[in-house]
Amino acid sequence: MADRILVWVLRSLAAVAGAVVVLIAVFLVAESVPVLREVGLLRFFTDASWHPASGLYNLTPMLWGTLFAMGGAVLIATPLGILSAVFSRWYAPAPVRVVYRRLVELLAGIPSVVYGFWGLVVLVPLIGKLHPPGPSLLAGIVVLAIMILPTIALMADAALANVPESYVRGAASLGLSRWGTLRGVVFPAAKSGLFTGVILETGRAIGETMAILMVAGNVVRTPDSLFAPIRTLTANIALEMAYATGSHRSALFVSGLVLMAMIVALAIGADLLAGKAKVHAHA
Amino acid sequence: MQARFLALAALVAVSACKGGDGDAAATPVQETKLVVTGSSTVAPLFSEIAKRYEQKNPGMRIDVQTGGSGRGIADAQQGLAAIGMSSRALKPEETAGGLVGTPIAKDGIGIILHKDNPVKALDREKIVAIYSGTVRNWKEIGGKDAPITVVNKAEGRATLELFLVYTKLKATDIMASVVIGDNQQGIKTVAGNPDAIGYVSIGSAEYDAANGVPVKLVTIDGIEASTKTVTDGTFPLARELYLVTKGAPSGSAAALVEFARSPEVSDLVKAQFFVPSPRPVAEGGGPGAKPLETMTPTGS
Repeated sequence: MADRILVWVLRSLAAVAGAVVVLIAVFLVAESVPVLREVGLLRFFTDASWHPASGLYNLTPMLWGTLFAMGGAVLIATPLGILSAVFSRWYAPAPVRVVYRRLVELLAGIPSVVYGFWGLVVLVPLIGKLHPPGPSLLAGIVVLAIMILPTIALMADAALANVPESYVRGAASLGLSRWGTLRGVVFPAAKSGLFTGVILETGRAIGETMAILMVAGNVVRTPDSLFAPIRTLTANIALEMAYATGSHRSALFVSGLVLMAMIVALAIGADLLAGKAKVHAHA
Repeated sequence: MQARFLALAALVAVSACKGGDGDAAATPVQETKLVVTGSSTVAPLFSEIAKRYEQKNPGMRIDVQTGGSGRGIADAQQGLAAIGMSSRALKPEETAGGLVGTPIAKDGIGIILHKDNPVKALDREKIVAIYSGTVRNWKEIGGKDAPITVVNKAEGRATLELFLVYTKLKATDIMASVVIGDNQQGIKTVAGNPDAIGYVSIGSAEYDAANGVPVKLVTIDGIEASTKTVTDGTFPLARELYLVTKGAPSGSAAALVEFARSPEVSDLVKAQFFVPSPRPVAEGGGPGAKPLETMTPTGS
C-alpha cells in the first residue's frame, strides 16, 4: 500500500517536471504565433537584417554568433577541463589536489555577471589594444570558456573517479606506465562520463546570457573574424525584451524558439552519438 | 530577467488596481495602491518620489516597476498600471488612444568619448557621418589615426529613438561596432576603449566623469553638454520625461502626478541628474492647477 502511494507520488512529480518543459514550449509557440502568422517563419532567415522596429527579422547572424561562440568555448574548455581533471586525479600530490578541487568548485560558483564584468573591464580593453574595437567573438569565447571550464573539469573528475579500481590495478600489474594506463584503460572506461560533461558544458555555453552580452559587442552581423562583434540569441532576448512591444516582442519569442530548437537538436545529436558509442563499446 | 519581473508586475497590477483608468477612479473611494511601470530612465527617480509620497500619505502603497517606455505606455493604455513612465513623447496614435503625458523632468543625451581622445567638439553632420559609417577613422575629423568604435543602443530603447530623431538617421543606417543596453554599460564600454564614441544620459555621464571615470562629454553644435544647457533648453539632444495616464489623471493618480511635478521633489530630480520640468505655475494654478497640457513631440 505504502509502495502504491509512493509510486503515485513519484509519478505525479515526474509529470510536473515533464509538464514544465511542455508548458514552456507551448508558451514560446503561443507568443511567437502573432509574428509568425504575420511574416512567416522563412523571413526569420531570409530578411536583409535584424531591425524588428522596421519589420526586418533576420536571425541567421545571431544563430551563427551563438554557434561560433559556443563552438569556440567548447573547443578550448574541453581539453583544458579533462586534462585538469587528469592532473588532479593522477598527478597532483594529495594536498595540492584538495586545494585545486576547491578552486575549481569556487570557479563554478561565481555568478556569470561577475565574469561579464571582468571581461568588460579587463579582457575587452586588452583585445581592443590588439585589434580594435575589443568587444568581439574572441572575448565571448574566452569568457564562455572560463565559465564552462569548471563544469567539464568537475564532470571529468567525477568520471575518472568512477573508473573501477580493479581496472587500474590490472593495468598496473601488466606493467603499463601511468599515461599508458590513462590512455588505454581509464579514458575508454570513463568515456560516457566525459561525454556527459561535454554535453553539459555545451548546454551551459548556449544558455549563457549576461556575460556574453557584456563582452561580445552585440552587433547583429555574421562574424568574419575572431575580432568581429557578435550577438547571440540569448543576448538578443535579454537586450531587447524589456523595450519590445508588439511584433518586436513576438519576434524575440521566435529567438527563444530557435534557441530551444538548437538545444533539442543538441540533445538528439548527443543521444545518437552516445548510442553509437555504447554499441561500439559492446562490440 | 526583467521580462519575468514584468509578467509578475502585470499580475500584481491586474489584481491590485481595479481599473486604474480615469472613468473608474471617479468613485470617492481612492485606491490605496498604485502600480507604476515603464522607462528604466524614469524609474529610479520615480521610486524616490514614490517613497517620499508614501511617507507623506500613510496608507498609500506605490509599486514602481521598470520595463521600458514602451511597456509603461502599453500598461497605462491597458489599465495594467495607473501611471506609465516614459522617456519619450507620446506618438500621435498613442495620444489619439486617449493617453495623456505629463512632463516631470528633462534629460539630455550627451555624446561621450574617452578622456584621452583629443576631439572636443562635434556637430550633427560629423555625428551622422560617424554613425552611418562614412567616417571610420578619427583622423578624418581631426583626431588621431585610429579606427572609430561606434557604440549604439539596442533596438527599442528610447535613447536610440531620440538619437535617431536628432540625427535624422534610420535604425538600419547605423553601422555600429558595439551595441549596448543601458547607460552604465555604455559608459563602461567607452571608458575601456580610447577610440569609442557613444551616447548616454548626460546626468549619469556628468556624474561618472566627475568621479574619475575616464569619459568626457563633447560639445555638440557649439553647445556644451551639461545639465545646465539642458535646463536652459539650448542643448539640442534633450528629451522630456513623462508620466503617462489614460485620460487626464484623476483620483489618487492625479495627486501623485501633481506631487511628482511639485517643487517638493525637485531636490530628488536633481539628485538623479535630471532637470526639473518648468511647470506652468504662472497661469495662477498653484497646486490646484488641473489642466495638464497634452504634450507635443519634443522639438529641439
